[in-house]
Amino acid sequence: MSFINPFKSDTKRRTVLTSGQVVPEPSRCVQCGICSYNCPIGIDVRAHAWRNEPVKHSECLTCGECVARCPRGVLRFAQTDLFEGRDA
Amino acid sequence: MRYVIIGSGVAGMSAAEAIRSVDGAGEIVMVSEDPHGYYSRPGLAYYLTGELPDKALYLRSREDARKLKLTFLNACVTRILRAEHALELDGGKSRLTYDKLLIAVGAQAVPLQVTGANLQGVVKLDHMNDARSILSQARRGRTAVVVGGGITALELTEGLLARGMKVIYLLRGDRYWGNVLDPHESQIVEKRLAEEGVSLRHHADLAEILGKGGKVAGVRLKDGQTIRCDLLAYAIGIRPRMELVTEAGLDFERGILVDEHLQTNDPDIFAAGDVAQAFDPLSGRAVLDSLWNPAREQGHAAGLNMAGRRTAYLKSAPFNVTRLAGLTTTIIGAVGHGLDEDVFGIARGDSETWRDLPHALVAQSGFDVNHMRLLVGEQTLVGAVLMGDQTLSWPLQKMVAGGADISSIRDKLLAPDAPIADLIAAYWMEWRKQIAL
Repeated sequence: MSFINPFKSDTKRRTVLTSGQVVPEPSRCVQCGICSYNCPIGIDVRAHAWRNEPVKHSECLTCGECVARCPRGVLRFAQTDLFEGRDA
Repeated sequence: MRYVIIGSGVAGMSAAEAIRSVDGAGEIVMVSEDPHGYYSRPGLAYYLTGELPDKALYLRSREDARKLKLTFLNACVTRILRAEHALELDGGKSRLTYDKLLIAVGAQAVPLQVTGANLQGVVKLDHMNDARSILSQARRGRTAVVVGGGITALELTEGLLARGMKVIYLLRGDRYWGNVLDPHESQIVEKRLAEEGVSLRHHADLAEILGKGGKVAGVRLKDGQTIRCDLLAYAIGIRPRMELVTEAGLDFERGILVDEHLQTNDPDIFAAGDVAQAFDPLSGRAVLDSLWNPAREQGHAAGLNMAGRRTAYLKSAPFNVTRLAGLTTTIIGAVGHGLDEDVFGIARGDSETWRDLPHALVAQSGFDVNHMRLLVGEQTLVGAVLMGDQTLSWPLQKMVAGGADISSIRDKLLAPDAPIADLIAAYWMEWRKQIAL
């Protein structure tokens, strides 16, 4: 098929953001707290990293601020299984 | 049962949590002379640059300590009285008995041995109070001289620069961090520092700190040159804090010698973190690390062992992620060798095992901000340095630590102008399936 879907990339981006979650790699983390400090809604991301838990927080906007600001590459987005099977 | 932990760093806190996970009833007392208790020491670098306020570095609230049933005692342990299972506090003012003891007192900066080292304006970066002292003395437009090497020297440089000071960085040798970075990597860092406005001087050996009215006024180098400055920051290495140990008759070399259970030669005394020289069953040697994650893992294992759950500490390939001149850099496994003229022994954020490079060949790519160097052994990757783009840093960390057999791509990696990032990425996709990551 050769039609162009102008929304394709944006849809993709949105799907990643809405169906993704922030996942820490604790062995890289030194608990500096830049993630928690910069979270616009005040989630204690650092505490998740200490406990090796994904940020499964109902208020998380998946805005990516913590992922981008972490100076040590501790955080990344990972797709959750929640929407598995949906077209990305 | 009373567990006593000397030190309030990550090894101590990790041990306290581990003890509590096994023993719900025992008493846990953490003794530290640092009035600030448990905070992120590596985070001090970001406090210096202004990216974080100091209050963001504190890691546990009173409520957290209450939940953990942890008592914090701000006191200085002056002696370990092994025969009595007791600690002498504050030079004999009081005593604290223990059933199991963890020494997790960390390491501290090697002091400068030059005239003028006691002048006001000579600063280091060990603790929260040091960081506060630096910020109270850093004046916009004034000049700071930084001496030393490794990560801390750059943290000081960048912190002082961010506070508006003119920074002159003195290196004794001919390049930055010569026993971990290769010449090209040192050059990347030095070039970026120069672009940020840092004045680098090579072969500059500090002879004396000059003072005026009790304050730093300048430095004199061994070649006779003098430089005017208002602040002198140093990071010439760190040393495990051994004051308590030597008198107590515990076995030690450069740090406190512990077996793979973090146990000293006294079965009721354990050591973890920067002060511990831990036995590594793989190499058969006892090594020093000055890294957050090994300290956390050692503390955890020590805590479990203290509470009676026999657990071995298995050292994994040491690595660190840090920012060098604003460039995110990951160092994994064995990458260098020899001595660094700017550091005595070990630096903070350093591992002795990084310099244990066996026979290995080098594959590298990238020439500026996105640089990758792989140390290719006979069948495995033994180390890696990544600067800038960190996409492959997590895969490489797992591959080095897991001893991934790279025989199938070894020749391709070592071919001239090999697309090593693509080769590693493709290999990783397959390998991670095999090990179910």
